[in-house]
Amino acid sequence: MRQRKIIPRVDPKLLIKDAAKLMPDAGRRSFLRGAASLGALTFLTGCDIIDGDAAESVLRKISEFNDGAQAALFSRTKLAPTYHESAITRPFPFNAYYDEYEAPEVDGKTYKLEVAGLVDNKRPWTLNELHALPEVSQITRHICVEGWSAIGSWQGTPLSEFLKRIGADARAKYVWFRCAEGYTNTIDMPTALHPQTQMTFKFDNKILPRAYGFPMKIRMPTKLGFKNPKYVVAMEVTNSDKGGYWEDKGYNWFSGL
Amino acid sequence: MTTDTITAASIEATIHPRWVRVCHWINALAILVMIGSGWQIYNASPLFDFLVFPRQIALGNWLAGALLWHFAAMWVLVINGVVYVTLGIVTGRLRRKLSPICLGDVAADMKAALAFKLAHDDLSRYNALQKLLYTDVILTGVVIVLSGLSIWKPVQFQELTAVFGGYDAARYVHFFAMAAIVGFLVVHVALALIVPKSLHAMITGR
Repeated sequence: MRQRKIIPRVDPKLLIKDAAKLMPDAGRRSFLRGAASLGALTFLTGCDIIDGDAAESVLRKISEFNDGAQAALFSRTKLAPTYHESAITRPFPFNAYYDEYEAPEVDGKTYKLEVAGLVDNKRPWTLNELHALPEVSQITRHICVEGWSAIGSWQGTPLSEFLKRIGADARAKYVWFRCAEGYTNTIDMPTALHPQTQMTFKFDNKILPRAYGFPMKIRMPTKLGFKNPKYVVAMEVTNSDKGGYWEDKGYNWFSGL
Repeated sequence: MTTDTITAASIEATIHPRWVRVCHWINALAILVMIGSGWQIYNASPLFDFLVFPRQIALGNWLAGALLWHFAAMWVLVINGVVYVTLGIVTGRLRRKLSPICLGDVAADMKAALAFKLAHDDLSRYNALQKLLYTDVILTGVVIVLSGLSIWKPVQFQELTAVFGGYDAARYVHFFAMAAIVGFLVVHVALALIVPKSLHAMITGR
């Protein structure tokens, strides 16, 4: 929404309405129904291409093809543009499919990051241990699948560094994340190893507030916002694509920028 | 009549060769899908407070569906567009049909058009207004594809995104290019309906 870009007056209510709008309800499930432009298409082609599941499955197939095209376009060394501190969007918008007061409250004292899958060391990590990892910083643009964008400042440790420490198999295809509220996310290994992909513990040099994903977010400036999970409590290095919350609802899986 | 003259006569009578017609209708289909789904995508984060597209005329039902349509039809639009422009250049058709454009002719034809006196007797020759509009819409097509790539891949194609003034600015360029194409479509379709033989020519070739 516009309000998110007019920085001084971000209305959280509006943001939520916006996120809620994205949820397909029962009447909205089909990607295909009820469009006059399709009436014109039917007129032009002389056949009814709107008809249901076949078209939807073709669209999903093309989306999978687009995953491959984007993986081919993805450069392991090309960095997302970075910005000066003065460019940071303040306040940085809270964004989720639930209201801010419904955001998970994770207890930092008892928090442990679970590590699973194709790694040598599956010992869980406490927040203190994670905070002791080497810190890097980035000021990059967060781009939402809806189209709006905001520039934020994130500090944490490169995910590639962490994967190295736990002895992750870098030949594995995916890294899967699970979040405190049940949100999930799978990313490709090349993105996981990208130099700007970060296990984030701070926003704007302060410990992540609850709204931005305390205690840990995975920041990837090379992917759309919804591929950047917050409140991460577990990760798994794997060769099987476990999908994700929005991907399963129809958003493109790779969603690279 | 010899075979030669028949062939010559039929070539003469062909206003739009087959490749032009095929490309035209594939493009028509692709552009409708792109515009309809684009409107739905726009609605997820409107650029203007006063403009939201009615859901009845937007394609895809919600954002994810619209994005699936948009990123499927983009291949059709771009591949077909490249084929069209390449053949147009190789055969010399684009140059023959669309140039030269003289500003004097444009003004004169504009005056005639506003007085409803612009002749369409010879469909194989474009008047100055047609030349200008068709050239414009092809160039706008290039802009909408490049600005679209800038929005889709602002990291991998960041140099291109920078040409448009950055990610946010590229969204506005993409929007206004859409508006220009919709404006063209309104005039184009209205005139095709007013002069039905032009529509006939785009279907049968003559």
